[in-house]
Amino acid sequence: MIRVLLPQHLRTLAQVGSEVEIEVEGPATQRSVLDALEGRYPMLCGTIRDQVTQQRRPFVRFFACEEDLSHESPDAPLPEAVASGAEPFIVIGAIAGG
Amino acid sequence: MSQIRVLVGTRKGAFVLTSDGKRERWEVSGPHFAGWEIYHVKGSPADPNCIYASQASGWFGQIIQRSDDGGKTWHQPGTPAGEPAAPGPPKSTSNKFAYDASASALNTHQWYDGTQRSWEFKRVWHLEPSLTDPGTVYAGVEDAALFCSTDGGESWKELPGLRGHGTGPKWQPGGGGMCLHTIILDPNNPQRMYTAISAAGAFRTDDGGASWKPINRGLYSQYIPDPRAEIGHCVHHVAMHKSRPGVLFMQKHWDVMRSDDAGDNWREVSGNLPTDFGFVIDVHAHEPETIYVVPIKSDSEHFPPDGKLRVFRSRTGGNEWEPLSKGLPQRDCYVNVLRDAMAVDSLDKCGIYFGTTGGQVYASADAGESWNPIVRDLPAVLSVEVQTLASSR
Repeated sequence: MIRVLLPQHLRTLAQVGSEVEIEVEGPATQRSVLDALEGRYPMLCGTIRDQVTQQRRPFVRFFACEEDLSHESPDAPLPEAVASGAEPFIVIGAIAGG
Repeated sequence: MSQIRVLVGTRKGAFVLTSDGKRERWEVSGPHFAGWEIYHVKGSPADPNCIYASQASGWFGQIIQRSDDGGKTWHQPGTPAGEPAAPGPPKSTSNKFAYDASASALNTHQWYDGTQRSWEFKRVWHLEPSLTDPGTVYAGVEDAALFCSTDGGESWKELPGLRGHGTGPKWQPGGGGMCLHTIILDPNNPQRMYTAISAAGAFRTDDGGASWKPINRGLYSQYIPDPRAEIGHCVHHVAMHKSRPGVLFMQKHWDVMRSDDAGDNWREVSGNLPTDFGFVIDVHAHEPETIYVVPIKSDSEHFPPDGKLRVFRSRTGGNEWEPLSKGLPQRDCYVNVLRDAMAVDSLDKCGIYFGTTGGQVYASADAGESWNPIVRDLPAVLSVEVQTLASSR
């Protein structure tokens, strides 16, 4: 079970709370987590990564275990703490300015 | 009694304003999609309860929303809210706008600096439902292209003949981006459609969207190397009266224009306007020679001249204009009225509506003679559409 934290606008779209739990088949990677997330909540398709290119949207970031994973390979294994459900995979809208 | 439903898109959500035919007391519902940019909301002429909305975010991209109950509830087409999806790959394609790259001519357009740049989808500016089928809807997008859905917004396919007719590589973005913002369907000829793009110009198809041609003869734009070029004009909006689909009125960047031959030739009808820069233009519902604009001071000062918000009306199809200001602020007003933010109802007397970047939506129930704000403090208004419904709730 993977825990995913969503930003406010995506919670509204998916009609969920701040954290959702999803099951991932095989190794937990950004790609497998997002595939499972979009499969469970198809209304999120295109909001986190582009529907055509599958690239992360420029103003979306991925954090976990106090690390910025945004620029990691989408097929790199996520930290064990994320894969085990001890820590969430955080999807966040990048903040610029104040 | 008839009912009026005003659909308002703003920088931070959509609002639905309703009134009876007197248009004196209004109910306001919203914000729908709070916090998102709503570029356009428009109902189907064939089924007024079927309404499409373009919901966008710089962070999370494009969402298409549809209501089947007149704007009370909404869902992403093909993805009912909260419904668990079947196992397997995601199937939602209601926000998938994939450009057709089948021909090399479709691959690049001109950037601000004159270099070529690949097309990149950014957002849907305008949704135009079919006149006859609630499940068919056109989308004008940035970077400029025309898409169509025939399944109620569940999936979208580009009509590549527009970008691919040959001038696409010469199109360039205007100040607001390179957007296809105007789609007009000919009520007498289902094969004919008009579009307008900033900053490329106006285009027409006579074969249902398969092939297109520029219709910009007569336009003069000093900000391009050849002011009379076939392509490159920053058309802000085009309007048509349904009884005369061959007559078009255009608010260009500068200049108010008119065509009497379906866009083949244009002539200027700015006449005595205090400034002929502006964004909106619309036609009276029952008087096809009566048109409305909101003059804006200039392309660098996007507010009304002298701080006075005035709609100008011509009852002669242009050239002779009269200011309409009763009920509108006549001092210290520095709002803008954006290109899709004016609409008319079809009651008698014709109602005129427009929204401002200051968050006001003004209504006139007497064809512009007098105005009242329906709401004063919405987020900046991006679009206004009106539905005239046959009976009250």
